[in-house]
Amino acid sequence: MSDSANAPEPPVPSVGALSSEGLSPFRMGLARVKQNRAAKAAFWVVSFYVFVAVFAPVLVRILNIDPYALDREAINDFGLPAGQLGGISWDHPFGVEPGTGRDILGRLMYGARISLLVGAIGTLLTTVVGVTLGIVAGLRRGFVDALIGRLGDVTLAFPSLLLIIALANPMTQRLESWGVPAGNTARITYIMAVLTLFGWVYMARLVRGQVLSLREREFVEAARSFGAGTGHLVFKQLLPNLWPQIIVFVSLSLPGYVALEATLSFLGVGLLAPAASWGIMLGDSVRYYRAAPTYLFIPGVTLMVLVLAFNLLGDGLRDAFDPRSDRQQL
Amino acid sequence: MIFFVLRRSFFAIVLLLIVSAFTFVIFSALPSDPAALTCGKNCRPEVIESNRERLGYDRPLVEQYGAYMKGIFAGRTYGEEGSSIHCSAPSLGYSYDRHECVTTLIASTLPVTASIALGAFVLWMVIGVGLGTLAALKRGRWQDRVATAFSVIGVSLPTFFLGLIFIMVFVIWTGLLPFPRYTGLTENPVEWFMSLLLPWFVLAIISAATYVRMTRNGILEVMNEEFVRLGIAKGLPRRRLIVTYVLRAALVPIVTIAGLDFAFLLGGALVTESIFNLPGLGKLTLAAVINSDLPILVATTMVSAVFIVVANTVVDILYGYLDPRVRVK
Repeated sequence: MSDSANAPEPPVPSVGALSSEGLSPFRMGLARVKQNRAAKAAFWVVSFYVFVAVFAPVLVRILNIDPYALDREAINDFGLPAGQLGGISWDHPFGVEPGTGRDILGRLMYGARISLLVGAIGTLLTTVVGVTLGIVAGLRRGFVDALIGRLGDVTLAFPSLLLIIALANPMTQRLESWGVPAGNTARITYIMAVLTLFGWVYMARLVRGQVLSLREREFVEAARSFGAGTGHLVFKQLLPNLWPQIIVFVSLSLPGYVALEATLSFLGVGLLAPAASWGIMLGDSVRYYRAAPTYLFIPGVTLMVLVLAFNLLGDGLRDAFDPRSDRQQL
Repeated sequence: MIFFVLRRSFFAIVLLLIVSAFTFVIFSALPSDPAALTCGKNCRPEVIESNRERLGYDRPLVEQYGAYMKGIFAGRTYGEEGSSIHCSAPSLGYSYDRHECVTTLIASTLPVTASIALGAFVLWMVIGVGLGTLAALKRGRWQDRVATAFSVIGVSLPTFFLGLIFIMVFVIWTGLLPFPRYTGLTENPVEWFMSLLLPWFVLAIISAATYVRMTRNGILEVMNEEFVRLGIAKGLPRRRLIVTYVLRAALVPIVTIAGLDFAFLLGGALVTESIFNLPGLGKLTLAAVINSDLPILVATTMVSAVFIVVANTVVDILYGYLDPRVRVK
C-alpha cells in the first residue's frame, strides 16, 4: 500500500518492489499475507491457542485452578454450579462443570492440547501420505498413476463420516489388542489413522496435477539433463514449487480436523471422559441446557473461535499463494 | 454420447462392487463376533452356534459375500423351515438385535433423512446462491462484506454447536418452537414442517457458507469472459445479461457439486439427526454403533455408498452432456 510505484493496480497488496529482487514465490506469498489484516489477526489468535495448549500445566498452576479436581463447594445440592452464570467467580473464571464442580477454564486449556494435537498430527500425516502418493503418481505416471487414481476413487466412494463413526469402537479394541496403550491413546491413534485414510486423496490429486505440469518445465528438464536422480528432482526441484499449495491445503484442513475431533467426541465415539476434550464438554452440556447455559456457550465459542481463526488464516494464505486469486483481484 | 454414458455406468457398477466387497471385509474383520452378539450376555454356546449357522457366519467370507449379494436381488431366507426368517427382495441382512430385516429398518428411516436432506438442500441453494450472487454484483460494498462474513462464520461453526444454539434460543429461551418431534409428512404436514424447520436451517446455514463463496467467485470469473464483454458492448440490459448468461454459466459447476453434497446428506445427517432426535438413517447408524449391530452398519454404509456413487455418475454424465470436452477423455 505504501509503495507508489505500484499505483496502477491498487487492489493488490504491493509486492512489486520486492519481487524485482528475485524473491521465491514462497517469500512473495508471505509478504502478501503480512498485508492481510484478518489473516494477521487470525495468526495471533492461533498463536495464543498454541501458547495456552503448550503451557497449560504451567498456566493452570499460575491461575491456581485444577482441571481435574472436584470442587464440592462450587456446586449446590442439586449438582448445579452455585452462584450466577454457571458459577463464575474469582476461583473459577469461566465457572464450573455441573455435577462435578471441575473448573471449566482449566479443562478448556487442556482441551486445547487435544484439539491442536489431533488437528496437527492428523493434518501432518494426511499431508505426508497425500504428497508422497501425489508425487509418485505424477512422476511415475502410467500404471502406478492409474492405480493411485482408482484407489482415490474407491476411497471417495465411501461415506467417510459414517464409516469413521461405525468403526470407532471395534477398531479401537483392535488397536488395543495390537499393543497400543488402551483408552484415549488408542482412540486418538484411531482418529488420526482414519483421518489420514480418508483425507489423503484431495492432497494427492492436487500434488499430482502440479507435478504433471512441473515435470515438463525447463528447469526440471535441465536438472534431468545434468543427470539428476529422482531424489534430487523430488526434493530440490519439485517440492520447493509445491510448498505454496501444500501450505494452503494444510491451513484449510486443520480447522476441519479440529472440528471433527470435537464432533466425534460429542457423539461419544471420539475421546472418552475424563479427558478434557471440548467435544466431550459440549456433549455433556446437553444435559444441563436450562440450568447452566454457560457450560454450552463457553466451550462452544472457544472451539468456534479457533476454527474461525484457522479458516481466516487459511483464506489469507490461499489469497496470497494461489495465483488464480490474483487474477480475480485485477 | 451413448458410449460415454455406458462407460460411466459400467465404471460405477464396478466401483460399487469394490466398495461393497471392501465394506464386507472391513466389518467381517472386526474383533467382535457377530454370532455372539445375537443374544444377550448369558447366552448358551449352543444358541450362539445355531445362530451362527442360521445367519451363515460359519461359511467362508467369499461365500457370505455371495449370499449377501444374491439376497439383494433375490431375497434371503435364514435357517431351515419351521424356524426360518425371510427377508424379501432387496435384502440387506437381518438384525438380530431388532428382530427385523435391515431393509425394513432402512425403508422406515430413509423418508426422514430424505425429508431433512431435501428441505435443507432447497434452503441452502437459495441462501448460498442468492447471497453469493448479491456479493458478486455488489463487490467490495457492504453487501459483499456481510456475505463474506456469513460464509466464513458458517464454515467455522461446527454443526452440533449451531444445532445446540438453535435449540437453546428457539426452543428453550423464547419458546417459539416446540422441541422437534418428528411427524410423518402424510400424518400431519404442518407438524412435519415445524419439526424439520430447525434441522433444515442448521444444515442450510452450514452448507450455504461454502456455496456463497463458490457462487461469488464463479460469477466474478465468468464476468471476465469474452462473451460477457461482448454482451456489454452489444448493449444487453444488465439484468438480462446476468440472469441469462452469467448465472447460467457460473451455476453449472455449482449445481453439480450440490448434487454430490445432497447425496452425501442422504446417507444420513448423523449429527443433525442426533441433536434433534430425528429417527433417520443417521440415528439408525448411531444406535447400531452403540449396540454393535453389524448388519445394520454394513447396510447403511453400502446404501450411503450407492447414493454417493450414483450421484457422482449422474453428475459426470450431466457434465459430459453440458460440456462436450469432458467426453473426450
